[in-house]
Amino acid sequence: MERTKDPAALASICKQIRRHIITMTGSAKSGHPGGSLSAVEIVVTLYWDVMRHDPARPDWPDRDRFILSKGHAAPVLYAALAECGYTPKETLNTLRKIGSIYQGHPDKRFIPVLEASTGSLGEGLSAGIGMALAARLDKRDCRTYVLLGDGEIQEGQIWEAAMFASFHKVDNLCAIVDYNKLQLDGFVKDILDLEPLADKWRAFGWHVIPVDGHDIAALQKAFAEAAATKGKPTVIIAHTVKGKGVSFMENSPKYHGVAPTPEEVELALKELA
Amino acid sequence: MLTAAKYEKKLGPATREAFGRTLVELGRENPNIVVGDADLTKSTMTTYFAKEFPDRLFECGIAEANMVAIGAGLALAGKIPFVSSFSAFVITKGFEQLRVLVAYPNVNLKVVGTHSGISIGEDGPSQMSVEEIALACALPNFTVLSPADEASTKWAVRWAAEHYGPVFIRTGRPKAPIVYNSDASFEIGKAVELVPGTDVTIAATGLLVAEALLAAGQLETEGISARVLDIHTIKPLDEEALERAARETGALVVAEEHLVDCGLGVRVAQALARRCPAPVEFIGLTGYAESGSSDQLLDKYGLRAANIVDAARRVLARK
Repeated sequence: MERTKDPAALASICKQIRRHIITMTGSAKSGHPGGSLSAVEIVVTLYWDVMRHDPARPDWPDRDRFILSKGHAAPVLYAALAECGYTPKETLNTLRKIGSIYQGHPDKRFIPVLEASTGSLGEGLSAGIGMALAARLDKRDCRTYVLLGDGEIQEGQIWEAAMFASFHKVDNLCAIVDYNKLQLDGFVKDILDLEPLADKWRAFGWHVIPVDGHDIAALQKAFAEAAATKGKPTVIIAHTVKGKGVSFMENSPKYHGVAPTPEEVELALKELA
Repeated sequence: MLTAAKYEKKLGPATREAFGRTLVELGRENPNIVVGDADLTKSTMTTYFAKEFPDRLFECGIAEANMVAIGAGLALAGKIPFVSSFSAFVITKGFEQLRVLVAYPNVNLKVVGTHSGISIGEDGPSQMSVEEIALACALPNFTVLSPADEASTKWAVRWAAEHYGPVFIRTGRPKAPIVYNSDASFEIGKAVELVPGTDVTIAATGLLVAEALLAAGQLETEGISARVLDIHTIKPLDEEALERAARETGALVVAEEHLVDCGLGVRVAQALARRCPAPVEFIGLTGYAESGSSDQLLDKYGLRAANIVDAARRVLARK
């Protein structure tokens, strides 16, 4: 993999990741394209610029950790891991098929380089705290990043974890909320509204950075600010668009958990050419 | 080897106390041992560890699900975490986290439930864990231990620290009757034959091991030779010892401080159905208990040597 700080180069990687997401879910005939597409800039900025990691040394103790707490967005993580060289690219389209390492939700048994198995929502932030605490005990300067879904933070455990992380000043931890405003049953504001979201995290003692989650330069700045923030954990509230990059998928509740048809795959790939 | 008639019930430290003391020893030996607790350090006895290693004890507050998942994260980053709370809370409130973050990816987390069973006494049923053998055994990759006294608890905690993989240890609140000398040795997955016997086998776990020994003594005076097995490892179960018991004694009584519908008894029955069917009687709980002293509750809910003796007579009649 070739790391870069250039937003234009990162944007081009994002396009490639989006193409993978479309072909993977299209080939699987199931999966979660919408919430994978909304998180592309976040994941790419982390893996290609921000995070300290080395595909040649996946067990490097000083590596930064990434946990996909919103495990249903597995396609965006799989595409990134494959493009980084951690896992094979040629089998990405076996997603969700029997025998594939690319399971429906991230599964450490099949991909040992995953930091955690996820899929049951609400658990990843706590696991990230555990990793951040271990780094602190070992006096390692690595950081832990946890990507949360917006609907996911309706889970009570998230707020148990939020309370713990600020009280214990876990400042080597950075959560990112992929705030794409949609969940399976519809718009978040209609299901169980999160607002005022930034105030909630602030009240729980976190440093809060709202950002356009598709603006790579803004994300880079936000991650730098998070790393520089001492004494408290940081949450980046990334305002995103579900289905981002594919016109007919954008802001559509349908594509939370429905894969594109072969015709839709073709249309989407044209848009992502 | 004991002879049943010679067993004298003497109280030793509670198994939770043995857990807390052993944890400190482990902490001194290995800097990777870390502990999580949910506002019960003075009850689970992780307080000893907290005093000596304040930086390695994570007080999580009353948030068990978060504690279990933090433990998983610590384990994934190379630590050997023990998370502890009352059994009634840590395994129920943390069950989903144990399932997804720990059991199926085979993460190296140790879960110690204290205050198991009805012998906790006055606090009553909301605090009494009578389901956790079922829940812990339902989790693939977990080893499930249920030690009877101080010596066996020390071994169980040490074994858990040395073994790579998830472990659940069931411990109790009251002082536990001494079953073993301090130099006793144990083997994972191997029942201990405490008393030899030829007519009937009593397979017991936890607090009921001492009652089984008393029962065997009583049966001996009636001319009945009862074998006593301490099933300290509930999973993996020592099926060989149970099969041998069924072949050699022809009848069994299983005794546990747990719901009979989903505990050690059903696991024994499953093993025997496969290997060597034999009549079995079950001593355990059929529902929730109430407040009272530990002794009153064990009497009222039928978890005494006398109940085991009755069950032995019943099962012998079915031979």
